[in-house]
Amino acid sequence: MTNLKELVLGETIKMTLEPVSRMDLIKYSGASGDFNPIHTIDEEAKKAGLPGIIAHGMWTMGNLSKLFTPHYEEGFIQDYSIRFAGMVFLNDQLTLNAQLIEQTDEALHFKVNVTNQHDKEVVKGKVKFALY
Amino acid sequence: MYTDYIGVTSKKMKNVVERELVRRFAESIGDLHPIYLDEEIGSKSRYGKNIAPVTFPRIFRSGEIEGLKLPNKGLIHGEQIYHYNRPLFVGEEVYCYSKLEDYFEKEGSTGKMGFLKMKRYGEDSSGNVIFTEESIIIINETVRRSLNV
Repeated sequence: MTNLKELVLGETIKMTLEPVSRMDLIKYSGASGDFNPIHTIDEEAKKAGLPGIIAHGMWTMGNLSKLFTPHYEEGFIQDYSIRFAGMVFLNDQLTLNAQLIEQTDEALHFKVNVTNQHDKEVVKGKVKFALY
Repeated sequence: MYTDYIGVTSKKMKNVVERELVRRFAESIGDLHPIYLDEEIGSKSRYGKNIAPVTFPRIFRSGEIEGLKLPNKGLIHGEQIYHYNRPLFVGEEVYCYSKLEDYFEKEGSTGKMGFLKMKRYGEDSSGNVIFTEESIIIINETVRRSLNV
């Protein structure tokens, strides 16, 4: 694996996930304690006016951060801000992206997002990765 | 009125970064990395221990802001912002409280929407801030009207 410090400006690291499953969202509900039924139960999602269950925004945000996990010896995520831009449905195929946009001695700045199979951004934001 | 609660905080609550909860959380976001789970990898790392995923504070309890009532429907999670002074360590105690940072309204395509900025602070046992976690919650017109805010 390349070190983050070796990335060149404009370079993107990415990862494509398995299609979103109901079990993913059941597990996240249990692990996070967010049991809002629009994330797990079809009828409740429909009652809320949705076409079907949707992923927790925080599940998607949590997934996105794993692009940085292997680099724990190089630094840590100091700032992580996300705007929830679109809904994630069952069987969506998500891709995690982080593009290096600024580099200093102290930190690497990334533009991050998650896109679905239609190339639509579902979350977008920034990561400041502080370097040791 | 939500504006009356701007700046009001909850009482601090003690949380523990429990190993098993970290494992479940990491698994649920598909990030079963040994730096979270494997004690040997943790002790050999620069931290000397395991760390927790960046969005893990989501599960912490930080107490209620007395009198502040949020609707249980019609809320949209708009934004989420973390700031860390260092990573969170598995096994440590974290003292959390919440504060209503701001409330404002904006005219949108579906009427006037309310924006609540809630911020949580996570401190170590000596009162040093480890992280802050800010959530921007949007309240839609229909719900906002029914609450009379």
